[in-house]
Amino acid sequence: MKAKTKDLLATGFFWLGAGFVILILALLLGYILVHGYQAIDLDFLTKAPKAIRAGGGIGPNIFNSFYLLFLSMALTVPVGLFGGIYLAEYARQNTFTNIIRLSIETLTSLPSIVVGLFGLLIFVTKFGLGYSLAAGALALTVINLPLMVRITEETLRTVPHSWREASLSLGATRWQTTYRVVLPCALPGLITGIIIAAGRVFGEAAALLFTAGITTPHLNFSQVNLLHPTSPWNPFRPGETLAVHIWKINSEALIPDIRRVADGSAAVLVLVLLIFNMLARWIARRFARRLTSV
Amino acid sequence: MRRKSWMIALAAALVVVMAVAAGCGAGNPPSRQAALSGKIIVVGSTAMQPFVEEAATAFYEKNPDVQITVQGGGSGTGLSQVSQGACNIGNSDIFAEEKESIDSSQLVDHKVVVQAFAVVANPGVGVDSLSKKQLQDIFTGKITNWKQVGGKDQKIFLVNRAKGSGTRSTFRKYVMDGIEEAKGDAEQDSSGAVHKIVSETDGAVSYMAIAYLNDKVKTIKIDGAAPTEADIAGGRYPFWSYGHMYTKGQPNSVVKAFIDYVLSDEVQQGLVKEMYYFPVNGIQVER
Amino acid sequence: MQWLNPNLRREFAGYTVTFVCASIAIGLTIAIIVFLGWKGLSIFFVHKISLANIFSVNWWPDRAAELGGPQVGVLTFMVGSIIASALAAVVSAPFGITVAVFMSNISPRLGQQVLQPVIELLAGIPSVVYGYIGLSILVPFVRENLGGTGFSLLAGAAVLSVMILPTVTSVSFDALRALPSHLKEAAYALGATRWQTVRMVLLPAAREGLLTGVVLALARAFGEALAVQMVIGNKREIPHSILDPIITLTSGITMDMGNTVQGSLWNDALWFMAAILLLISFLFIFAIRTIGKKVSSW
Repeated sequence: MKAKTKDLLATGFFWLGAGFVILILALLLGYILVHGYQAIDLDFLTKAPKAIRAGGGIGPNIFNSFYLLFLSMALTVPVGLFGGIYLAEYARQNTFTNIIRLSIETLTSLPSIVVGLFGLLIFVTKFGLGYSLAAGALALTVINLPLMVRITEETLRTVPHSWREASLSLGATRWQTTYRVVLPCALPGLITGIIIAAGRVFGEAAALLFTAGITTPHLNFSQVNLLHPTSPWNPFRPGETLAVHIWKINSEALIPDIRRVADGSAAVLVLVLLIFNMLARWIARRFARRLTSV
Repeated sequence: MRRKSWMIALAAALVVVMAVAAGCGAGNPPSRQAALSGKIIVVGSTAMQPFVEEAATAFYEKNPDVQITVQGGGSGTGLSQVSQGACNIGNSDIFAEEKESIDSSQLVDHKVVVQAFAVVANPGVGVDSLSKKQLQDIFTGKITNWKQVGGKDQKIFLVNRAKGSGTRSTFRKYVMDGIEEAKGDAEQDSSGAVHKIVSETDGAVSYMAIAYLNDKVKTIKIDGAAPTEADIAGGRYPFWSYGHMYTKGQPNSVVKAFIDYVLSDEVQQGLVKEMYYFPVNGIQVER
Repeated sequence: MQWLNPNLRREFAGYTVTFVCASIAIGLTIAIIVFLGWKGLSIFFVHKISLANIFSVNWWPDRAAELGGPQVGVLTFMVGSIIASALAAVVSAPFGITVAVFMSNISPRLGQQVLQPVIELLAGIPSVVYGYIGLSILVPFVRENLGGTGFSLLAGAAVLSVMILPTVTSVSFDALRALPSHLKEAAYALGATRWQTVRMVLLPAAREGLLTGVVLALARAFGEALAVQMVIGNKREIPHSILDPIITLTSGITMDMGNTVQGSLWNDALWFMAAILLLISFLFIFAIRTIGKKVSSW
């Protein structure tokens, strides 16, 4: 076969592959949205869930999901980012660091249920946090930190060495090189890593079952005292996120309108994810433009 | 410049977190007023969870200073946590003595409801009632086709519950008479998933709490007896258990108030019946 | 006097901060490994189960003493996990890399505007939703068109491969995108077609990043619990065909953990399963990395 024919075939093959993936997502999203959109109205989005009667909503769950995202990202991103920087830039490349790297990679395969139980034993019981958003955030950090570190490290490694050499030869210190040259160059990959981690937080249920809990107390949004049990901003209160709620409804629910709530919640989750992704990408593009003047 | 503001923001966030952590310890002073106030943490059986959650909501409306958190986690987790003192009440579908490794000497049992379960099958199997022996043979794999027990010619699709669940323990004790079930064709833990599988798979059979019954699945009577209050109280229907709320030692005043509320007529005759449980005082049969 | 130099101070600060964070990450890793190892090994030390016993297919953790006592053989779970994850990775990896090549070389515009959001969305869909859709659509589909009960290894692997696809794709895409453009330009200048460039220059050059993508995806597949649990049937038997039900380590752990008591034989057997899961994961990742290095040294 001539090389040109092969090239044409290959191109067609790639288009097929991409098209197939888009098709899968379209089908999945279509299924979720079609089954769920009827449930979405203002009531559904703001009211609290009901245990056995019809008419429950998912208001507190949406809030919990976002707040937990914020809390866990506040822990994961700095630690993961800086940790990955250390491993990529400062650490010596020997067998020891290779083993560390392998171990961190292995940790990304930790089943979330195991992390949840680990969280129950350590964060909830030993640390005395009780079933709380704080314990949930810590559990989510345990899940996302290895991922963040690995992605950071891998992304930084793809920055060509010549850039670092050029910067150093101009008299910059290691840290200046990293901060002003390497990081901005690696930014797109890092943003991808953060978005993947954030997506994981939104979708995570098993780890939160035993840490952040499966119920939310009464939330009083006008409560000023941050530490009051009914304050929504109190990180030491339990909180059921959207994904956990979907799990709960599909497993053990006794409400008469199971399908409405479950499908509606799934649809809302997917929509929220969509908006969040677009927003994050847009912010990242603005940020990257400023940092790299590209 | 930008770097400095990042670091300041990070430091500020850390300070806030630490302040909050420090304040956490002093966060919840139990105020001694005329009205009840305090915190109750309930952990345990997922089968009892919706009921206790609903009861907690009603209790909160009467006593807005009492914070009750109801978590799931399973009967085993509930018993472990309450033994360790990590929660106030542990919900369980089975007696604490029946769970190995639980030191039940320190636990005080409060029976709060009677939960009934039913054997269910796919509506197309064509069977109304089975004897205990037939059920045992089905679940040990001796009978493999519905026509052997008077139904259609369909292969039996056996769905077991998770090995450790309270529901399965109750089934094993009172329907199987302790005989070990076969491996089955499928195993699920959540009632929702079991319900879906039984309603959609031809020839499927399993069991679940009666609160989940609807016309998508067929309830199979045991020796002609149905899961009604009459048949249970009369001792004809064997497939039921108590819902237990265990406390470590005697409960303190707030916890006791909640348990008393759950045992009160308002809940026993109202919420309990609404959720297809039976009041705990109506059962004459000893267990 | 040197310390007054702000650059040197920042250098020191930067080094310290990153070192501390790396230590936290490494410390966490070690803590979890130690914790799992301790909990997992207690099955041997506290309960005195033999190696032959635990690597058998006899799983009767609640059998009464008169009938022979409890048995905790985890081989069935291990086989299920390995087969399902390996199958999912084998399907997803080529797909993911294909899409990544498309996004980086064939149509970057379409890639950035359509495929990237698509991939990120797929990554965010919670596993419970995947499981539920699998139960509603995939299982009946398999049952009606391919035979068996629908609860099968096939359904499990299919759900897993869709779930890990975003990971492979994203990481591969980043690896390909980061390649210096002079590689591609040099190949074109020599008269190569696009396919030849991709196959002979770009893919080998991005090899390490591509492997990382596959590795992370495999790890995710091993650890997935909720979605897989709903579609594989959970029959505790080693499958004979792709249409047979299976059970995985994660599914077994998820179903039983809440009902067991801390410190009991059953509970410790579950922790052992978690530890074994991590070990298998580690071995696979190590194998992939080693093979990757061998390939790169040709």
